[in-house]
Amino acid sequence: MNSNDSTECTLPLNPVVPFLRTERMPHIWCPGCGIGTTVNCFARAVMDCGIPLDELAIVSGIGCTGRVAGYLKLDSFHTTHGRAIPFATGLKLSNPKLHVVVYSGDGDLAGIGGNHFIHAARRNLDLTVILVNNFTYAMTGGQATPTAPKESIETTAPYGVFEEPFNLPHLAASSGAVYVARWTAYHVVQTKKAILEALQKKGFSFVEILAPCPTIYLRRNRLGGAVEELKYYKEHCVIQNGADTKDVGIDLRHQDKVTIGKFLDIEKKEYYDAYQEHYAGLLKGGKQAVAGA
Amino acid sequence: MQRKRRFEGVVMITQERCKGCTVCVEFCPVHVLSMSDAFNQKGYHFPELKDPEKCSGCDLCGMYCPDFAIYAFKREMKEAS
Ligand code: SF4
Ligand code: SF4
Ligand code: SF4
Repeated sequence: MNSNDSTECTLPLNPVVPFLRTERMPHIWCPGCGIGTTVNCFARAVMDCGIPLDELAIVSGIGCTGRVAGYLKLDSFHTTHGRAIPFATGLKLSNPKLHVVVYSGDGDLAGIGGNHFIHAARRNLDLTVILVNNFTYAMTGGQATPTAPKESIETTAPYGVFEEPFNLPHLAASSGAVYVARWTAYHVVQTKKAILEALQKKGFSFVEILAPCPTIYLRRNRLGGAVEELKYYKEHCVIQNGADTKDVGIDLRHQDKVTIGKFLDIEKKEYYDAYQEHYAGLLKGGKQAVAGA
Repeated sequence: MQRKRRFEGVVMITQERCKGCTVCVEFCPVHVLSMSDAFNQKGYHFPELKDPEKCSGCDLCGMYCPDFAIYAFKREMKEAS
């Protein structure tokens, strides 16, 4: 009945395996790292959304989460630090048929590439942005990111962070995103659903996933391991769909609750359509304008 | 009175991929798994089935596992008892 390491080929495969470059496994992520969990959710969402795999591209920046592009067996692009969104913008505009997913970390997308994030949201460019928030620049050794909670110890803040952490859903929503959600690596079923909805949504959709980084963030702050962090999410997260994003800022461990859920899901004109419309009006004769030409 | 189950859960574990984080053991809703005392080649303990009959095949362990080392599916129960 139940078996370990079975080689029977009639059994269903692990659903994530068709999306993985298995020859590169085991991956470099540490034991208990939440990034792999988000990849499970992503793979299951891609399976359900029905987008043909040759119309799906994934772009990552640098960092532990940036490694996702290298491990997924999709058209994937591992770009420079913070610049995933500019590369994705070019990709999307030169081939508007593509579904472009940006998959990166908090340091990469909200810190180094923060400006690109704002402007892609402002334009409402049709991207799906998945941001794995582990509160530190993990790959480079644990510098403080803009989401680092107050008093947390980071290599650039040995006496504790004192800055106000960034409220990313509010940043996305107020810049112009049409879909904004926050979940955690504990809420796997909801995370999968959110990624699925974000993939299907036309326009700038943003999913933030809080995830444990046991090696850098949790260890340095003596917060235990992955299991403790996931339990913390389980106990402290309150699901509040439709919550006003200005009230969902998080300063982990300084507040009783962490608000998660689907905060925003609206319709708005997408950038490429607006581009077409604008130039079709200008170039009389109604010829299709070609973005990027 | 016990309702008859129509499906059983089947768990598949790729021991050599596991990094022993224990997340699957901890968050299985019906506590099917436990960590084995044995080691894999890399020196990590991996999960084993403590209570296979209880498994519902919900695949939560598969969604949690950061190392793609475990997953589960539902299989129709054979008529026998
Ligand atoms: S350093 Fe942190 S984020 Fe990077 S792989 Fe390890 S646990 Fe994950
Ligand atoms: S499939 Fe569900 S019930 Fe079975 S071992 Fe995994 S988590 Fe537990
Ligand atoms: S979640 Fe995966 S890596 Fe962690 S103990 Fe279970 S099988 Fe091993």
